Amino acid sequence: MSYLISGESGDWEVVIGLEIHAQIVSQAKLFSGAATAFGAGPNTQVSLVDAAMPGMLPVINEYCVEQAVKTGLGLKAKINLHSVFERKNYFYADLPQGYQISQYAEPIVGEGTVVLDMPDGETRDIGIERLHMEQDAGKSLHDQDPKRTFIDLNRSGVALMEIVSKPDLRSPEEAGIYLRKIRSILRYLGTCDGNMEQGSMRADVNVSVRPAGSDALRTRTEIKNVNSVRFVMQAIEHEAERQVEAYEAGGEVVQETRLFDAAKNETRPMRAKEYAHDYRYFPDPDLLPLVLADEDVERIRKSLPELPDDKKARFVSDYGLSAYDAGVLVAERETADYFETAAKGRDAKQAANWVTGNLFGALNKAGKAIAESPVPPGALGGLLDLMADDTISGRMAKDVFDEMFETGKDPAAIVADKGLEQITDTGEIEAVVARIIAENPDQADDVRSGNDKAIGWFVGQVMKATQGKANPKMVNDLLREKLGG
Amino acid sequence: MTALTELSLAEAGKGLEAGDFTAEELTRACIEALEGGRDLNAFITETPDIALDRAKASDARRAGGKAAGPMDGIPIAIKDLFCTEGVLTTAGSHILDGFTPTYESTVSANLKDSGAVMLGKTNLDEFAMGSANVTSYYGPVKNPWKGPGGKDLVPGGSSGGSAAAVAGGLCSGAIGTDTGGSIRQPASFTGIVGMKPTYGRCSRWGIVAFASSLDQAGPLTRSVEDAAIMLGAMAGHDAKDSTSAPIDVPDFSAGLKEGVKGMKVGIAKEYNLDGMPGEIEALWQQGMDWLKDQGAECIDVSLAHTKYALPAYYIVAPAEASSNLARYDGVRYGLRVEGESLDDMYEATRGEGFGDEVRRRILIGTYVLSAGYYDAYYRQAQKVRTLIAKDFTEAFEQVDVLLTPTAPSAAFAIGDKMDDPVAMYLNDVFTVPASMAGLPAISVPAGLDGDGLPLGLHLIAKPFDEVTLFRAASALEEAAGFDARPPSPKGGAS
Amino acid sequence: MSLDKDTVRKIAILARIRVPADALDGLSVELSNIIGWVEQLNEVDTEGVEPMTSVADMDWPRRDDEITDGGRAQDILANATDPEPAPGGKDGGGFFTVPKVVE
Ligand SMILES: [Mg+2]
Ligand SMILES: [Zn+2]
Repeated sequence: MSYLISGESGDWEVVIGLEIHAQIVSQAKLFSGAATAFGAGPNTQVSLVDAAMPGMLPVINEYCVEQAVKTGLGLKAKINLHSVFERKNYFYADLPQGYQISQYAEPIVGEGTVVLDMPDGETRDIGIERLHMEQDAGKSLHDQDPKRTFIDLNRSGVALMEIVSKPDLRSPEEAGIYLRKIRSILRYLGTCDGNMEQGSMRADVNVSVRPAGSDALRTRTEIKNVNSVRFVMQAIEHEAERQVEAYEAGGEVVQETRLFDAAKNETRPMRAKEYAHDYRYFPDPDLLPLVLADEDVERIRKSLPELPDDKKARFVSDYGLSAYDAGVLVAERETADYFETAAKGRDAKQAANWVTGNLFGALNKAGKAIAESPVPPGALGGLLDLMADDTISGRMAKDVFDEMFETGKDPAAIVADKGLEQITDTGEIEAVVARIIAENPDQADDVRSGNDKAIGWFVGQVMKATQGKANPKMVNDLLREKLGG
Repeated sequence: MTALTELSLAEAGKGLEAGDFTAEELTRACIEALEGGRDLNAFITETPDIALDRAKASDARRAGGKAAGPMDGIPIAIKDLFCTEGVLTTAGSHILDGFTPTYESTVSANLKDSGAVMLGKTNLDEFAMGSANVTSYYGPVKNPWKGPGGKDLVPGGSSGGSAAAVAGGLCSGAIGTDTGGSIRQPASFTGIVGMKPTYGRCSRWGIVAFASSLDQAGPLTRSVEDAAIMLGAMAGHDAKDSTSAPIDVPDFSAGLKEGVKGMKVGIAKEYNLDGMPGEIEALWQQGMDWLKDQGAECIDVSLAHTKYALPAYYIVAPAEASSNLARYDGVRYGLRVEGESLDDMYEATRGEGFGDEVRRRILIGTYVLSAGYYDAYYRQAQKVRTLIAKDFTEAFEQVDVLLTPTAPSAAFAIGDKMDDPVAMYLNDVFTVPASMAGLPAISVPAGLDGDGLPLGLHLIAKPFDEVTLFRAASALEEAAGFDARPPSPKGGAS
Repeated sequence: MSLDKDTVRKIAILARIRVPADALDGLSVELSNIIGWVEQLNEVDTEGVEPMTSVADMDWPRRDDEITDGGRAQDILANATDPEPAPGGKDGGGFFTVPKVVE
């Protein structure tokens, strides 16, 4: 199931690497005390440092460093006890210092691995090249004025982690799964909220193509700042096809940065490159090398939550879930927690089915996240209990659930209010069964003569007569007894 | 009674304490001197109103028995590289036209808190890049000392305005910054004391950055004691500067009277440069003899990489400057020259806003950091810097302080050395090594050259051992007994 | 190493400093002299020597993750250079401006 693009000359393979910029969850910026919250008025969350006033100096936010280390540990990567902040020098309207403080030769996190669960049940290991910390730039608004671009520095100086993968991805689908997996890990760790609409996570996508079977890497292009999983996948698809077409036509691919235009469904070269870039990195003399103690790293390691891979393995072994169901449940920490609360002391498989089936369906329809579910996990557990002790049937439970979702009421209360308890009194059901058989002698003969399917019709009649409250299993058993089916 | 402006800072402090005069009287005397000394072009901005307000406030504090300390009521000048709240701050550059900070640098704020009275902002080489104070957008500063035939001389740089103001009796003391010698060399040229503390001793927060790994604020005064008092009010840990040392500020005056008996003074033969003028060499020898006469021991040490300090400096400092000065882009403050496009505006603004020397250094710095050249220049320079620092560390295993000349010559005429940047750079050949190693150093006026112009001697101490540095400097000052004064700015000898 | 006119033009562009064409020759000579002079550093054997990252050998200060700044757009914009300021945004904020950037 490898992803290949077929061309005149044969099949082409796609080689993809992702540089994910993830905003670190923190109150204040990386080198200043201004707030990081989204959506404030222009330049209201800016310190003198962020605006690069003369004589201003950076002082690092210790918590951001911990968050980066935490993320490195979550990516099973090497933590570098000695790392260096450097200046990446270039001029741009939203870069007030004229340089970005970033890490270059010595990043805080080195190589690591991320495991992808593929839809066919296989797994793929994707290498992490490095993770470094850096400052975000401000924001340029190009559409406010006919002649001018407006600059808002609220984002200037916000802490980012840049997570660089090795060029191990081979299809748009893999890239999508990888991005989702990174997002999941960061959200578990609480180091990035993963909110792509607000720009908390965005990806630079490096794409090249080569004839299938070749090991050599060809020229890559970098598609900048793609801000959704879907767009990442589409951008790769279009860029790979463009490159194949270029080679097939006897042309070349030039190394350049491009942007993805979702409306036109194409990638195109970024701003007219009047000037070549030369970032002139050098260690920032305003900051000393960042030195971490082993104990610091160990302390952070001990604080790590259970991560999706481990949780998934535990769900499979402890709850007997299928790898697929476990994978679905652990993708978001909130879902996994919800499931575990609902399943506690109950039939875990049944709980998993209810979460991934009815609950997901209802949430989807309502456009709600699991954290906003009107049915709390304890209430869903209560519903499972009512089924387990035969208070209601599985069929009835679906109606009760819908009511719960709509009103937020407790399942027991709904059942009691509406008198939905199952009839489990043998005598009462027996009487109804006897009456229905007596009223329908022809159908009864049909069953007796061996048409086993016709027994279903009797079940339906009995259920109808009891307004659905008779225990279906008891109805079945009694009918078979009486009709000898 | 001596004119108020002739008093040392310490004497002025004592006079204020004794009630011999008020801070307002002292300040008015300085303001008058300032007006009389405008020919020196020492100030870019005079702030007499602020000065009088602060002087009156100081007098009120003193009347209420709440004087803040030895700096309370002392009129000082501030190099126009320190950002001062509500007061134009130019760095001597066109590109900072009209820039009025909404904040106060930590060092000038510390001084303000100590009760010091700001008289104004002094002229300097543009962005502190220069050794003669001839690169300022606001014109050259004149040395109060005159050359043969009354010729106008440079005061040295880059803190030339501060040096001229102190030497010319326009203020009791001034602050400057020293990146490669910018306090010590002008002090030598103007016959005053100039001191650069250990890197990290004074906060850099709010000082317009030239070269971040080298810049340090320090005092320019008429005596060693004054420098110790003033540094005490400037120094201290600042959580806003990551390179500020988290250590306590000692009493810098503590050892001033202790003498140098038993002190080991290092003499590095590598400072004996080819072509060093005889009178500089003689003064250096004189300095050794003075210290020996007071019981110090002179010991030969080797600082093998001394001659490479200056070329390494001229890679590291421009490299850092090229990046530090990228923020002057015409958008958030200062000069803006409109352009068709963003890059057009950048190029027009920076092309017009920076003077020749700044432009030269930005270009050199850009070049040595650029792809393919980084290792050969910048990395090599930083390695050499490691070796320079190591030389000092080893020397300080044997000695307490090092004695060298401050500058290879006395002040020269305005206009000299202008067409040869490298010749100009050589002014800092004795001061740069200590800067590269972040060490505290001081220039003490020690004698006059054949033309009757002042020459300084230079002492270097271990990191954060300013107390020993001041102690040795005080002994040198005592022995030299330097009391020559420049002619009064209004003409005629004072 | 000498810096020819072309190199000077290139680094001037990197540094975003407009240099008049008639100044390039002079600059090329000046900068070449300086570079030629600093190249004496090549004489120094630096095999195995670590480049200096800071003269200050100390534990550096770190900030706690607390909001201690911001909400001072007037200060931030006080020296803005556009003679025609951009219309203000919400919360008392406002914008810096540059000539229109076309992406
Ligand atoms: Mg990138
Ligand atoms: Zn980045």
